[in-house]
Order: sequence, then structure tokens, then C-alpha cells
Amino acid sequence: MTQPIIEMHNIEKHFGAVIALSGVSLDVLPGECHCLLGDNGAGKSTFIKTMSGVHKPTAGEILFEGKPLKSDNPRDAITAGIATVYQDLAMIPLMSVARNFFMGNEPTKKIAGLSFFDHKYANEVTMKEMKAMGISLRSPEQAVGTLSGGERQTVAIARAVHFGAKILILDEPTSALGVRQTANVLATVERVRNQGIGIVFITHNVRHAMAVGDRFTVLNRGQTLGTAKRGEITPEELQDLMAGGQELAKLEGSLGGTV
Amino acid sequence: MSESSKTQSVEDERIKEMSSFRKALIRPELGSICGVILVFFFFFLTASDSGMFSPAGILNWSVVSSQFIIIAVGACLLMIAGEFDLSVGSMIGFAGMSIALLSITMGWPVWLSIIITFILCIFIGALSGWLVIKTGLPSFIVTLAFLFILRGLTIFAAITTTNKTIIGGIKEAAEGDWLAPIFGGKILTGLFQWMGDAGWIETFVRGTRKGQPVVEGIPMLIVWAIVLVIFGHWLLTKTKFGNWIFAAGGDAQAARYVGVPVNRVKILMFMFTAFCACVFATAQVMEFGSAGADRGVLKEFEAIISVVIGGALLTGGYGSVLGAALGAIIFGVVQQGLFFAGVESSLFRVFLGVILLLAVILNTYIRRMITGEK
Repeated sequence: MTQPIIEMHNIEKHFGAVIALSGVSLDVLPGECHCLLGDNGAGKSTFIKTMSGVHKPTAGEILFEGKPLKSDNPRDAITAGIATVYQDLAMIPLMSVARNFFMGNEPTKKIAGLSFFDHKYANEVTMKEMKAMGISLRSPEQAVGTLSGGERQTVAIARAVHFGAKILILDEPTSALGVRQTANVLATVERVRNQGIGIVFITHNVRHAMAVGDRFTVLNRGQTLGTAKRGEITPEELQDLMAGGQELAKLEGSLGGTV
Repeated sequence: MSESSKTQSVEDERIKEMSSFRKALIRPELGSICGVILVFFFFFLTASDSGMFSPAGILNWSVVSSQFIIIAVGACLLMIAGEFDLSVGSMIGFAGMSIALLSITMGWPVWLSIIITFILCIFIGALSGWLVIKTGLPSFIVTLAFLFILRGLTIFAAITTTNKTIIGGIKEAAEGDWLAPIFGGKILTGLFQWMGDAGWIETFVRGTRKGQPVVEGIPMLIVWAIVLVIFGHWLLTKTKFGNWIFAAGGDAQAARYVGVPVNRVKILMFMFTAFCACVFATAQVMEFGSAGADRGVLKEFEAIISVVIGGALLTGGYGSVLGAALGAIIFGVVQQGLFFAGVESSLFRVFLGVILLLAVILNTYIRRMITGEK
């Protein structure tokens, strides 16, 4: 039995009088894609922000590689190896791909006692990593704004992997993308998982979850409705769990199972 | 190995080859380089016989341009970091008055007055930066408040302590001071005297200064401008911190998520802008030998215009210190050039408005090109 990279036990998070999370548990194994599903307002965002150090849990325990995780801010979580790729906040469009890639982790070299940004190294590494992800750049100095949404997600994922992420949290990486781009991102997820990195994939699209997920955890109203392994659950059951069951069952009939 | 070389040779058929013209166009400095060439070309044709390009003439517009450059460098880095400082002009008046009050009215040594003024100004810069970060208000509003607060305080302090709004006598007080010449002195005076003796540059032919060159040396103001441009350009493009400046202005939240200390970057840039304003004020006070409560009015806008002409985006995240310096040169050369050419000086403002408009339109177009929008 492999040890999970991260274990979250009974995480609770209260914002004043609002209970956003009331006891959510989840663990991620190396090389596993763990899908976190839930409708809007289910607490997905709060949960991953707790995981990535943005929020401090009100109660509950986070174990990272078997040891309690002490993180007061996103920086600590990143240092520990928890990287998050946010849907639309991954990249800065006006900056070059290389500058984005090394944002916050700039390589430096010393010349005459002064510290310089090592552009040559940054450009080389960016080109190499992008190629490995199947994106051919015109130049590493190309602005990120010229890339498509899927490519931006891929750059962000490649960046997280390059800087030693052990857990990669993907916040709805496919929700704003077209079919082709979604396929590219899912292929990237597959590639990253094969390197032994644990992935937390947040989505409310059951189809995308089924395409890459090994395990599925459904959140509803701040609680875990349970975790299922691949093959133990059908897409329809997942869909029902997410929506809380009843109403969607009625809708489903009229929509012919297309949701 | 063979596989990697194979992938290398595969070209994406959807990526169009970019023309070198288009590549040059997305450099932020391009517009201002063209502007500088145009401006010099224009004045060579219209004002070359007016003494604009004699040593004294060159010194004249170089000093004015250097003044603009000093405040433009600060405004440029701050704008790229995504913020504005509208209190630069008031800060100039405040700093000058602070030096005068401390050294003349209180009788402190000039060097101590200068150092305390710098500390005070940088602290005020940090305070406005901190307020912008803590309140989340636009820096436009916070620094607009400081524009009035500082100007009001400057006049109040001058009136209540001395009953005047202009305090003179600083040149005499700075005699023999070790720090004052760093702002008000001249360098290479020996070289210019030698060039004058050799007959290469104009010398005074009568009066008490007979035999001395008309241009005695390079004022420290110009040295400060050059040093600040080099420092700013190095900081922005060659360092880790420069990447953080771009990131903070490009998208503060995205930058925070990857661990860029956005708040620290922004506050430091506010402090740097205040530092630049203080350099401007100190050099001006040392040059004039006096401080006036109304000094520096409208300087904040002149700084911002220089930066925008230099290709920076008002929304932050994109720009160039070299561009801002070239913008400041256009500014200074045109202002003084119109004087040399004998054009009514009110037309300068018309020119300013037109070039600002053109620059903003060009910048918006260039931004669309960088991000590939249509």
C-alpha cells in the first residue's frame, strides 16, 4: 500500500456564521488523478484553497507525506510541493512565456557581484519544457497572450511540474475551453500523472472527470458524499450525487441524458 | 536524441512567420525612438540657426529633459507595477521646502537637511503605497489626496514659520557642504575649461568671467538622470525584481498565486517614485538657491505623459524605462525647441495633448498586437 502524498482529514472551514466546509476528507496517491466534483457552491473552491494554503482550516488535519503540514500562506504550500493552477489566473498575458514560466522562481546569475535574471537559461528551459508538453513556441519571448486557453493551462501545468510539484491542483482547467483544447489539457494531465505526481482535478463536468480520473470524490453543501474508484461508479450516478439527486433525475428525462 | 531532433524540425503550420517590422513594433520603445528622431529632425530644420545646437543650447534642453527623465523613471516603474502617483509634483514642492526650512530656518547643516528630507519623502511614498494596498482603493484616488495634503502642508509650513512662500539663501548655506554638490554641482569642469582654452567651445569674451567657457561642465542633474535610467532599465529587464514589477502590474492576483510578493513590490515602487521626486527637488533647490511652495505643479502629469509616450500601458504590466527616458527627451526638446524657434509657447500644450493622444492610441494598438487580439 503506497502512502498518500497528502491526506486531508475532516476539514472544516467557517467564514463567520457561514459553514463552507463541514468535515471533508480526501487523500491523493502518487500518480493518481483524484477528481473533485461538485456543483457551484458545493465548497470545491474553499477546499482547494485550504489545501493550497490560501485559507487556514477551522478544524481538521492536513498530512503531507505522513507529516502534519504547516502552511500559513500559498508560498509555504508551494515550497512543500503543492502547486495550484487556477482557471483564468494562471498566466499574465502581456508577459513573455519565459517570464511567466519563471515568475516567482526567477533564475539568477551573478556578474560582478550584481544579481542578474538569467534570461538565456530561462529561455532554454522554457523551450525544452514546452516541447515536452507538445507545444511548439515561435520564441520563448512570445507573449502568453498569443497562446490559446488550453496552451496557457499547459504552460501553467508544465511550470508547476518543473518546479517540483508533488501535488498538482487543477481548478476547473477545462471549463472555459473548446473540445480540442480540452483534449490537449486532458492529455497533459495524463502525461503529468505518469511522472508520479498526484493530481487533484476539480470540475463539474462528469465526462472530463471520467476521461482522466482514478478516483472521484463528490462534494455537496460542504460535505463529502463519498469517494468512488474508477469502474465502481457510472457517470449517471456521479451526476446525480453532484446535483443532490432528486431534481436532476426529473430534468434528465426531458434532456435525454445529455447534461 | 533522434526523437528530440525530430520534434524540433516540426513547425506548427498555424504559426505565421512574424515579419521583423512587426517584431520591432511590439518593442515598447519604438514609438518614442521615432518621436525623438522626428523632433530632432524638425528642430534641425527650423531652429538650427537659433543657437539650439550650440553647447549652451544643448545644455539648456538637456537639463530640462533630465528633469523630466528623473521623475519619469520613477513614474515608469510604478506604472508598470500597476499604480499611479499623482502626488509627485506636490512631493517636489514639499521636499524643496523641507530642505529650505531645515537648513535656513532651523539652521541645520545642509547635508543633514537633505538626508532627513529624503527619509521623510520615502516614508510618505511608503505610506501612500501602504494605504493603496491596505484599502484596495485605486492609487489614483489615494495619491490625489496626497497631492492636496502635501501641497497644503508645504504652504502651511512655509507661511507659519517664515511668513513667506519662497525661502532663499540656500546656495550660501550649501557653501562647503559635502552632500549638496552631489545634487547641485557640475562635473568635468576641467575638461570644459580645457576645451574652452583650446578654442573648441565658446568662451565668454568680456565681463568678469572672460575666458571661462559658456558651458562650465555637466550639471549633476544630467548625471542623476543617466544613472537613474541605467538603474531603472537594469532593474526592470535584467533582474528578478524586474520580473516581479511586470507581474505585479500585469495581474497582481496571478502573481500572488505563484508567490510574488506583490505588496512589497508595489510599496517599494511608491518609495522609489518619492525618491526620484526628492532627487528632482534637491537638484532644483541647489540650482536655484531657493525653495518655493508652488514648485513642481503639474509635474506628476508631465512624468506620466513621458512614460506613456515611452510606450508604457496605463493599465500596467508593460513598458520600458528607456522608452520613458526618450519620452522625457521629446518633452524637454520640444518645450525648449519651441522657445528657440520663436514659436508662441502656449502651442507647447497643444502639442503635448496631441502627442499624448497619439501615444495612447498607438499603445493600445500595440497591446492588441502583443496579445494577439484583433
